[in-house]
Amino acid sequence: MSLSLDDVKRIARLARIAVTDDELAASQTQLNRILTLIDEMRAVDTTGIAPMSHAQDMQLRLRDDAVTAADRRDAFQAVAPAVENGLYLVPRVIE
Amino acid sequence: MKWEVVIGLEVHTQLTTQSKIFSGASTAFGAEPNTQTAVVDIALPGALPVMNKAAVEKAIQFGLAIGAKVNRRSVFARKNYFYPDLPKGYQISQFELPVVEGGAITINVDGVDKVINLTRAHLEEDAGKSVHEGLHDGTGIDLNRAGTPLLEIVSEPEMRSAAEAVAYAKALYSLVTWIGICDGNMQEGSFRCDVNVSVRPQGQAEFGTRREIKNLNSFKFIEQAIAAEVRYQIELIEDGGKVQQATVLFNPDTGETRAMRSKEDAHDYRYFPDPDLPPLVIGEDWIERVRSALPELPATMQTRFVGVYGIPAYDAVTLTASKALAAYYEATVAAGADAKLASNWIMGDISATLNREEKDISASPVSSEALAGLIKRVMDSTINNKTAKDVLRKMWDEGLAADAIIERDGLKQETDTGAIEAIVDAVLAANPKAIEEYRSGKEKALNALVGQVMKGSGGKANPAMALELLKKKVG
Repeated sequence: MSLSLDDVKRIARLARIAVTDDELAASQTQLNRILTLIDEMRAVDTTGIAPMSHAQDMQLRLRDDAVTAADRRDAFQAVAPAVENGLYLVPRVIE
Repeated sequence: MKWEVVIGLEVHTQLTTQSKIFSGASTAFGAEPNTQTAVVDIALPGALPVMNKAAVEKAIQFGLAIGAKVNRRSVFARKNYFYPDLPKGYQISQFELPVVEGGAITINVDGVDKVINLTRAHLEEDAGKSVHEGLHDGTGIDLNRAGTPLLEIVSEPEMRSAAEAVAYAKALYSLVTWIGICDGNMQEGSFRCDVNVSVRPQGQAEFGTRREIKNLNSFKFIEQAIAAEVRYQIELIEDGGKVQQATVLFNPDTGETRAMRSKEDAHDYRYFPDPDLPPLVIGEDWIERVRSALPELPATMQTRFVGVYGIPAYDAVTLTASKALAAYYEATVAAGADAKLASNWIMGDISATLNREEKDISASPVSSEALAGLIKRVMDSTINNKTAKDVLRKMWDEGLAADAIIERDGLKQETDTGAIEAIVDAVLAANPKAIEEYRSGKEKALNALVGQVMKGSGGKANPAMALELLKKKVG
């Protein structure tokens, strides 16, 4: 599998990364190199091996359902670029 | 051409936990903006999610209640997209291995049962809320809702009409509120439906292209939105057009659906297992513990009601619309009311009055014992059915027992034959024509006179007795 320049543009847009035309070709080469590695891994016979979803062999830790977090809005919002009426402000979003 | 409609539902149910799915912040509705957020919810770098045990337990409850497979091992995945109300840039959800797989719910439309199969149910976190009004500039973000636990319940595309889709949504709603995993508050967004709709020529095996109606939060809107969408798709195809896969919004004011985003710029979520969360493992003992604590489910209760109380299946379904209503019915019967009469009164006058006053059965001013007291007076012919309706209204308004009102207002049915006879005589004297008709074989001619006897007695005559006397006298 290899990516076209359009694929790279699309991936960059989905990740909200601005990539210049020069960078585009370089990114394409690098991404395709990674995909080649994945192809090599795919070629390994994994019959009978359970798929792994986590690098470590452990299970999810569960906590009791209790409210433990205090209201720290002021501290959180002190580092926000803009707030109004307790809301974080972002550029207008139109759907 | 005849068209067949194909519908599948994705329902987001908000789980009734105290704290969020991955943080210790409160999930209470209506707090000041951003006062219920922890470092995980606002996505501060390095903050790690820790799973809420109660959210998992509620997912297990649901899985058991619909006869689904509860996966002993399930995996959390990142669903990547950018939106200001999702500060991490991804939503933690489940993709390849959800916590619940399969299961089914039985719906009933026009007296016919139909089994709707479920695909899956998975745990995920809710996003925050965007506020567009009342600000000087830009959009405001409130992250109180971010991280609220959701169970997304996905059905197979097995519904074939808006009525079936609504029946499914209602059955699901009844179930999740019954087992208590969701508070069912639709205004607050605790139960939100996405509806996938497509059409195909009758007899065609392949599905048509579907459009997804997002975020419907009332049963009425589900029905209206599907009707509008089906109309749109059929017209489009009949005019030679082609349905494009899209996400649409329903506008209740115009009754129309409007495309939000088309397939070309549809999200590509690039799911992958979340490295912050190892697999969720659910042990056999936990499942058994949950199973033994499950309440009697609506379907089981309906069968019992039909068997034990001898009421029709329709009554049993209506009376088990909620746990509270079912309990009210059982308490009414336990207090001595006839099972079918109790059902009639609860489905009739009681429900109608509650609806009118927008009250829940738990807030009924007439208790189950009080209702039984009224029904018993109908059973022993102290009052007739029509008087009983008036008595109920007074019980409702004044909070008195049926006996007290009957006594105070002198409503006891007249069973003294002599008193009624006099009235019957007077009515017959005034209606010679009806007597003629009856004698010439028109049986029903006298029925019309019963009303006049009732009127003459101030509603206190027993209608059956009045008819009996009329017949005897005309002979």
